[in-house]
Amino acid sequence: MELRNDNENTSLIKSVDWLTIIIYLVMVVAGIVTIMSASHNIETGILIDWSNFSGKQIIWAGLSLVIGLVLLLLDRRIYEAYAYPIYGVMIIVLIVTIFIAPDIQGSRSWIKIGSNSIQPAEFAKFATALALAKLFDTYGFALNSWRNYAIAAAIIITPILSIILERETGSALVYTSLIFVLYREGMSGFVLFAALCAITYFVVVLKFAAVIFMGIPLGIFIAFVIIMVLTVVMLAIFVKSFTLTRNVTLAYAASALIVGTLAWFGIEVNGYLYFFTMITATILYLLYGMFHDDMRKILVTIAFVGISVSFIFMVDFAFNNILQPHQQNRIKVTLGIAEDPRGVGYNVNQSKIAIGSGGMWGKGYLNGTQTKLKYVPEQHTDFIFCTIGEEAGFVGTTAVVLAFVALIYRIIGIAERQHTAFGRVYAYCVASYFIFHLAVNIGMVIGLCPVIGIPLPFFSYGGSSLWGFTALLFILLRIDADRKAYGSW
Amino acid sequence: MRKNYNLEKRKYVIGGFITVLVIIYIFQLYVLQLGNEQYKENADNNAFIEKITYPSRGLIYDRKGRLIVYNEPAYDLVMIPRDVHNLDTLEFCNTLRITREDFEKRMEDMRKNPNYSAYIQQTFMSQLTPEDYGRIQEKLYRFPGFFIAQRILRQYNYHAAANVLGCLREVKEEEIKKDNYYRAGDYTGDMGIEKSYEKYLRGVKGKEVLIRDALGKIQGHYNNGANDVEPVAGNDLNLTIDIELQQFGEELMRGKIGAIVCIEPKTGEILALVTSPSYDPALLAGRDRGKNYTALWTDNFKPLFDRSIQGAYPPGSTFKLSQGLIFEQEQVINLSTAYPCHRGFISGGLRVGCHGHGSPITLKPAIQTSCNGYFCWGLKHMLDNRKKYGSTSKAFEVWKNYMVDFGYGYKLNIDIPGENRGFIPNSAYYDKNLGEGKWVANSIISDAIGQGEILATPLQIANMSACIANRGYYITPHVVRKIAGVGVLKKNIERHETRINKEYFEHAVEGMRMSITGGTSRSGNVPGLDICGKTGTAQNPHGRDHSAFMGFAPMNDPKIAVAVYVENGGFGATFGVPIGTLMIEKYLSGKLTRESLASSMSNTSIFSTKAYGAGRPGAKQKEKAKPAEEKTTETPNPSNDGTKE
Repeated sequence: MELRNDNENTSLIKSVDWLTIIIYLVMVVAGIVTIMSASHNIETGILIDWSNFSGKQIIWAGLSLVIGLVLLLLDRRIYEAYAYPIYGVMIIVLIVTIFIAPDIQGSRSWIKIGSNSIQPAEFAKFATALALAKLFDTYGFALNSWRNYAIAAAIIITPILSIILERETGSALVYTSLIFVLYREGMSGFVLFAALCAITYFVVVLKFAAVIFMGIPLGIFIAFVIIMVLTVVMLAIFVKSFTLTRNVTLAYAASALIVGTLAWFGIEVNGYLYFFTMITATILYLLYGMFHDDMRKILVTIAFVGISVSFIFMVDFAFNNILQPHQQNRIKVTLGIAEDPRGVGYNVNQSKIAIGSGGMWGKGYLNGTQTKLKYVPEQHTDFIFCTIGEEAGFVGTTAVVLAFVALIYRIIGIAERQHTAFGRVYAYCVASYFIFHLAVNIGMVIGLCPVIGIPLPFFSYGGSSLWGFTALLFILLRIDADRKAYGSW
Repeated sequence: MRKNYNLEKRKYVIGGFITVLVIIYIFQLYVLQLGNEQYKENADNNAFIEKITYPSRGLIYDRKGRLIVYNEPAYDLVMIPRDVHNLDTLEFCNTLRITREDFEKRMEDMRKNPNYSAYIQQTFMSQLTPEDYGRIQEKLYRFPGFFIAQRILRQYNYHAAANVLGCLREVKEEEIKKDNYYRAGDYTGDMGIEKSYEKYLRGVKGKEVLIRDALGKIQGHYNNGANDVEPVAGNDLNLTIDIELQQFGEELMRGKIGAIVCIEPKTGEILALVTSPSYDPALLAGRDRGKNYTALWTDNFKPLFDRSIQGAYPPGSTFKLSQGLIFEQEQVINLSTAYPCHRGFISGGLRVGCHGHGSPITLKPAIQTSCNGYFCWGLKHMLDNRKKYGSTSKAFEVWKNYMVDFGYGYKLNIDIPGENRGFIPNSAYYDKNLGEGKWVANSIISDAIGQGEILATPLQIANMSACIANRGYYITPHVVRKIAGVGVLKKNIERHETRINKEYFEHAVEGMRMSITGGTSRSGNVPGLDICGKTGTAQNPHGRDHSAFMGFAPMNDPKIAVAVYVENGGFGATFGVPIGTLMIEKYLSGKLTRESLASSMSNTSIFSTKAYGAGRPGAKQKEKAKPAEEKTTETPNPSNDGTKE
């Protein structure tokens, strides 16, 4: 037994993905250093306070190394064999949490253990990933029937609902990122495309509703431009018709030039008139084009254009006529449209000031005033990126963003080298979580995304978040280390 | 499991999605961090408060080192508008005992200031009373954004020389725009040396850079105070004024309208610059400044008007000395030239009256007896000398240039603002008013005796006296002797030469000495002081003649030159001579041999004290302390010389 273990450990050192571990360690250390600055008390000057965030984060990081090591040493088969039971237990824990967690600012997602709290939602991530991986690893399973779609969706939606009931919407939304996994495993690309389009239209139409441009709301204007660009893109890469693409592009460019020239001379063309003319002309031209090219694909394109235009007006109409004013306002504030300097808007405003004041090289470690003086709320947790922006400048923020991109690329690389669906799906789940956290956390801090309270992995203060991501990553490393042994063609 | 290569390509879509996203994010970071400086400014405005620390204003000493003006702390209630949250206005107003409307008005006024910024300290109320200070100090924690700023208030050891010292007032909008030293609510010098030496007195403001957290709590000094700047105290001033002489002069002038100017001839240093009526400078230093200022401004006797440098009067017979000097220099006369004067100058139907004295008369006796005829003849002969000058007009220009050399007709550039230049006509003036070529010596003959168009300030008369005492030059008269740390200002001690021979000045001096020993000024003869003097009685078309005197002493080593001008005082000998010689005596010997004369002078009012006192702040207390005489007429003429000069 001992001998075998030695062999196994030797092979583990050889086969484990060291690049990922290095990125992980660098990020955890960078995270601790940043938290030390964010929670640095300028009155006492104490850098590491064992009773405060900086000291605790060092303890959490130490423990996470232990957790990582244990998970790395466990047999891969345990993860496969116990995927569903782990998932089941986590769902039960999530539901139990709703009832036993104390109310912290309306959220019931934290379980108190001694003087510390733990957030089960963070651990449900790897459990869900394991369950989904296990599902796709089932012999003969593929996304080719409504039934299979439903099972996959159920695995994803169950934790979402549980966490929503805990009133921790941000953490719940993280699971929607698993749509990338479904896409990779065969779901039609149109679903992903449609989802992205819908989100884009929704945000654009509402965010720029107040400005009038060419006689129509700027949001509608931008949305139309997006539709026209996407139409061209679809003709090029989906329909793959050179003639159609060229003609439509030329028509759009020429018309834009004419409208722009008229505007130069002070003649303003009404936006609705222009866009309806162009869209109608496009559809008529594509109907004519059906006789020469792939009819089905052109019809899909026409449908896309039609649905997009309808969706834009639906959003506009629904928002203004169906929602109550206070509901409208909440959405507006979330999207950063309405001024709310002391509420959500205040946070984003101060966080932009903090980042913007950093300049190229930043103000230097511990020299940030915005973050030190607590102008940015939640700066050691959700808004930790501000401290980096203020003290390390553009160089620091770019470095952190690129480090995350490198990690995500690496995980996708790991996913694609797996020989089993279990390994691949699990890896894509991990990648999806990181994509979502990166996009939403940094997006909200720099004012591009609505404020959704989720942490920046490895940087934000908190044991649950750190341990959750550590678990995700080290289980992946364990699975990856054994990929050759489990290769099955 | 079979690998699906078609699906594997989807990794590029997912990777592409991330790439596009990250490019957008990095672009946004670029815009935020490198795109503009606005965020940096916002961050600094959030975190740093610059608190101004005011320097101590320069102290003012007299020529003997006696402290005249010093500082005492005062408290202003200031605010940083952006930090004011949830102000309980009612409570706030009650604490300060102000009305809601007053509160609104103060806020409104503050916002109108050109330098207003919600991030910068603004003065809400200046110079709190001790009671207000006590009440607000106790409750200050309940009004976030408000705090107390310590300022300085001028205090006065001597309640005299208000016209010299000036006072402080809040800066005006234009001044804030012109000089970025000032912020709304700051003080600046107003009138007197407080104004003209403002740049030296005010010092350099300091600042404390404090850091403030999101709750508005001050966390301490930024960078451990390394960015703080200590205020630099203003420069102290040493005046040329002898404050006791000044006080004595103001005492002598009590109840009279006019001025006394005393100058040390050798240096141009002004020993006393008295204007009357005057006021206690402390009235314009406290919380009641506004009220007091209005009262002084509306006072019928215009105490804010500094008659010593702003009043332009006909110099009367004091002017004759300058005439004698010019005529001698221009060879119109010499010491033995004698002119007839039978009770006046009579020429071509014109008559300028004079009084009884021997005739014909030469220069020195003419000065001694203040003969009108002599100087009229002198001017006539000068202006009529076509052979030498070509025309009356040209001759008059020569005359005028000598007058300008004596310091008449232009500002002497004393270092206090508001000086009047007096008036010396030139040929162009008469050409315009009498017609070109239509005027002759007789038309303007009264210029020779300091009447007609001639106007001079008491300062110019005193300066003429100093010029004679110096036998031919004067130094720009000034009130500041030395600025601590800077020294003596060159422009203050410029030497001006007259183009007249020294020996002619000796003649003038001897004439003035004779006037004291046995002429119109003889009542001012104090044994041992060798006073030289000249009376003046200026005709006043609006009422009684003005009483004037100019003189200096001692004769051969002059230490003090003096000019006295008392409006409606009658003969020069009535007020001018006694007041002028008392000033000389006080300064030279430090004690008075003629105490009763001094008190008789101080207690003589030549206008109704009722009118004088009306509306004057502080007048009531004065009246209580010393019941003023209701006398509106003069005291018995001490010179018992009933003749008109």
